[in-house]
Amino acid sequence: MSAILDVSGLTVDFVTAGGTLRAVNDLSFSIREGETVAIVGESGSGKSTAALSIMRLIPDPPGRLTAGRIMFDGEDLATTSEAALRGVRGQRIGMIFQDPMMALNPVYTVERQIGEVLRLHRGLSRREMQTEVVELLRLVGVPAPVERAKQFPHNLSGGMRQRVMIAMALACRPKLLIADEPTTALDVTVQAQVLALINDLKQRLGMAMLLITHDLGVVAETANRVIVMYAGRKVEEGSTTDIFDDPLHPYARGLLKAARWESQGGEDLWEIPGTVPSPLDLPPGCAFAPRCAEVVPRCRQEKPQLGKAAGREVRCFVAQEGRR
Amino acid sequence: MSGFAAFWRRYRRNRAAVAAAFVLILILAVAVAGPLLYPVDPFDMVGRPFQPPLQRFLLGTDVAGRDILAGLLHGARVSLFIGVLASVVATAIGVGIGALAGYYGGWIDNLLMRITEFFLTIPSFVLAVVLVAIFSPTVFSITFSIAIVSWPSVARLTRGEFIAHRDREYVLGARALGMPDREIILLQILPNALPPIIVVSSLMVATAILTESGLSFLGLSDPNVVSWGYMIGVARTVLRTAWWMAAIPGVMILITVLAINLVGEGLNDALNPRLRRR
Repeated sequence: MSAILDVSGLTVDFVTAGGTLRAVNDLSFSIREGETVAIVGESGSGKSTAALSIMRLIPDPPGRLTAGRIMFDGEDLATTSEAALRGVRGQRIGMIFQDPMMALNPVYTVERQIGEVLRLHRGLSRREMQTEVVELLRLVGVPAPVERAKQFPHNLSGGMRQRVMIAMALACRPKLLIADEPTTALDVTVQAQVLALINDLKQRLGMAMLLITHDLGVVAETANRVIVMYAGRKVEEGSTTDIFDDPLHPYARGLLKAARWESQGGEDLWEIPGTVPSPLDLPPGCAFAPRCAEVVPRCRQEKPQLGKAAGREVRCFVAQEGRR
Repeated sequence: MSGFAAFWRRYRRNRAAVAAAFVLILILAVAVAGPLLYPVDPFDMVGRPFQPPLQRFLLGTDVAGRDILAGLLHGARVSLFIGVLASVVATAIGVGIGALAGYYGGWIDNLLMRITEFFLTIPSFVLAVVLVAIFSPTVFSITFSIAIVSWPSVARLTRGEFIAHRDREYVLGARALGMPDREIILLQILPNALPPIIVVSSLMVATAILTESGLSFLGLSDPNVVSWGYMIGVARTVLRTAWWMAAIPGVMILITVLAINLVGEGLNDALNPRLRRR
């Protein structure tokens, strides 16, 4: 199948008082039709910035899309006009956000908010809109959709609000759904329901999905392919099964080990020592070297490039040389 | 409408504001109906000048023998009209400038805020005097001048609200849905930013009435209409011999401004999201 989204060399800078920091550095990946690709990484790894910059939603200033091509449906979103982007946003690419409380406008009813998308992109009349809103709410599994449509965001529970967000994102049947931490702000019990819903809708509507998360459980259940990001760079990319079975990059291994603590009963929680370095003060060599358990002297002097190892892309000297 | 019911429930808790609202409604009723119920031309010389109140005329006559009650009723219209219209115009200018500055930031913000500060650094009353003097005093030039000196505070407030809201996720969400900036500003952010703006512009009505009175007192009033400030201005030379002539419109200004301020505070209690959870 052909790639619906093809990102190459995406570089995003933020101009701050302390200097220019590179939040996303030369990121390339593609998503095929109907495929789910997950970007995982800690806070500050640049995964959310990458997701937002696909639709050029990073605030400019201070953010700036410095380099890269974002080919979507034969169109380069990195260079296209703002007017053309508005036709893509919400219509051909839908987006759902982490916190459904914050992402809905508190002064409007559910009907008005979903209706806004229909009005913007599909020019429906008021009558058609009302029917369509109820239809969408039913699609995302909101019980009593006719009554719910008249309510305000604060009348709804977190799970219901996220369903409303999903309904808004899907209102125009986009080809690609970008989900930025879609379940992070929800109760654990609701997380599974929302995740199942997203998966189900993705199948039914034949969408591709870009999933941004730090929750590896979510990745395992949804993604076909995984991109691991660290300090603004892709450090490993491969199929979900490959990466879960045999992570090559020490950082990916650390993430998985930290996530699998429950199966090791009784031990202390595993964590990767240290924190993500400040993008203003990156080490001269590999950005992960100061926290890496398998570091070799070369890691501290030279920046590793993406290279093939075991049929996957990985940015690590040790893994590339197969010395582990 | 449940929104209004909730608003009224919160507003009702401030008893002074409820009382002030009734006073204000009464004053508005007087302004609208008064001249119809008491059809005396306020410029007519109806009798001997300097008559004290409660004799031939309920509130006496002024230095030229004009009926003070008629002046008071007609003046209510002019004073309130100027106060409300100036406040509406100032709010419109202030919201427009503040919204653009706050939403876009960068050089637009810098430019608009320097202009705003330029107006803030000039003492507003002095500027109003100059503007009215240049345009020659009419109801509209006075209203316009008061609006011109009043908008900067609204602009600063609106800018602050827009800065607080523009990075909220619902704005990002609206952009992600492909909504143009114009609609995000007017339909998404403005309704959320409106409550404090309503409070400030309601209080501005009081300031505008005071400014108009001040201008009239200095002789800068529309010669074709009577306002409360004009009546005080006329009476100021005889303050020691006929104090009531200035005191009567003065008390009306006091009551009106006080009522507007109390209503404004009541609105603040009812609309301010930071106080709402008390």
